[in-house]
Amino acid sequence: MRDPVRLDGPGRGGPDLPEVMARVADGDQDAFTTVYDAVSGPVFGLVLKVLRDPAQSEEVAQEVLVEVWRTAARYRPELGSVTTWVMTMAHRRAVDRVRSEQAAAERERRTARRSHTPAYDQVSEEVTVRLESEQVRRCLRTLTELQRQAVTLAYYRGYTYREVAAALSAPLGTVKTRLRDGLIRLRDCMGVSA
Amino acid sequence: MSDEHLHAPTGAYALDALPDDERAAFERHLRDCPACAQEVRELTATAARLGLAAAGAPPAGMRERVLAGIGTVRQLPPEVPADPAIPGAPQVRAARRLPRLALAACLAAAAAFGGIAVWQHQVADRAEERADRSVAEAAELARVLAAPDARTASGELKDGARATVVVSRSRNQAVFVASGLPELPSGKTYQLWFADGGTMRPAGLVGADGALLMRGEVGAATGMGVTVEPAGGSDRPTSPPLAVMALPA
Repeated sequence: MRDPVRLDGPGRGGPDLPEVMARVADGDQDAFTTVYDAVSGPVFGLVLKVLRDPAQSEEVAQEVLVEVWRTAARYRPELGSVTTWVMTMAHRRAVDRVRSEQAAAERERRTARRSHTPAYDQVSEEVTVRLESEQVRRCLRTLTELQRQAVTLAYYRGYTYREVAAALSAPLGTVKTRLRDGLIRLRDCMGVSA
Repeated sequence: MSDEHLHAPTGAYALDALPDDERAAFERHLRDCPACAQEVRELTATAARLGLAAAGAPPAGMRERVLAGIGTVRQLPPEVPADPAIPGAPQVRAARRLPRLALAACLAAAAAFGGIAVWQHQVADRAEERADRSVAEAAELARVLAAPDARTASGELKDGARATVVVSRSRNQAVFVASGLPELPSGKTYQLWFADGGTMRPAGLVGADGALLMRGEVGAATGMGVTVEPAGGSDRPTSPPLAVMALPA
């Protein structure tokens, strides 16, 4: 069952799951099992990448998956694939967890940020190398250095663009723009449509 | 504001990299900008691909726990009538009359629904916007409301607006629930404060009615206040408080 990436929509060699989701919305628990098997690996992996802590990541991943069940009727196929819907929820929840903890420990965070600054390039590098998808790795390599670091720090670390700007010592407006043109370049490289 | 400025946040938005206030502002803009909405859909799908690339094996037992868990979770219906005037009010009444757990469940449900609307922004309305501030925060918030030592204080703001604060000293956290808050002109926001002796500590921004986990720890705070501040908030209050409430001990 470990091949979840294939489930993501057109051009990736497999159908998406909208009709299964319709059954989930009707309360079909077997249909939910199908969705679970398709998305649980990506959901857990992404949450873990952002949060780092396995126990906390499991908690958040479980919340996301139960949320998929609970809100299945709110999924709107015309707005995107099931996997996009689920991964968007997963990322948002992981990021929310990061930020609520940051808010509670603002001072420590500032200290940590200072002491970790030299390692950012390395971190971004490491994130890229460890990704399982060859296509995503290849496309990330087509970005400029600043685009790649900005996108990976924002997405895989859950940084706000302001935090990204601080980490990379770049102006806020520049970072906002790089996040956009970096993603646009990735979109084109991966042939994503919506 | 130039087009460039308005459209620029699509990437940061798709990556969840906008702070809450900017996120809410951009979601308002999205409703009137179909081109931005299309770009957001595409960039959100692109970001999701970055997520898929991070796939990993979930821990043993998670599948069983989730599959067992859904058996006890009621599914939400497809449509929710959005009436921006209503959502805050019942919550405040609930704070006074219902058991805390019931309130926690309502709020968590409201916030969870809002979370789904985050990227399906075409359906975004004010109610969802404030609810979607954070889904995880809702869980945190629910824990505060359900805490055995949760205590409630309510007060009037002005123009009929009401505020309720729920404090859990054991969790060292507080939840602020507002209803009937008058809409502020653009460039202004409501800001919450913890009052520690004579000083006011920033405790988060409030855009509209709803429940919010107050930022930071309750600590030694004996009171809380609400002021109107420039968008983005201030380090210390720059206007007289609309309300000051004593926090329950």
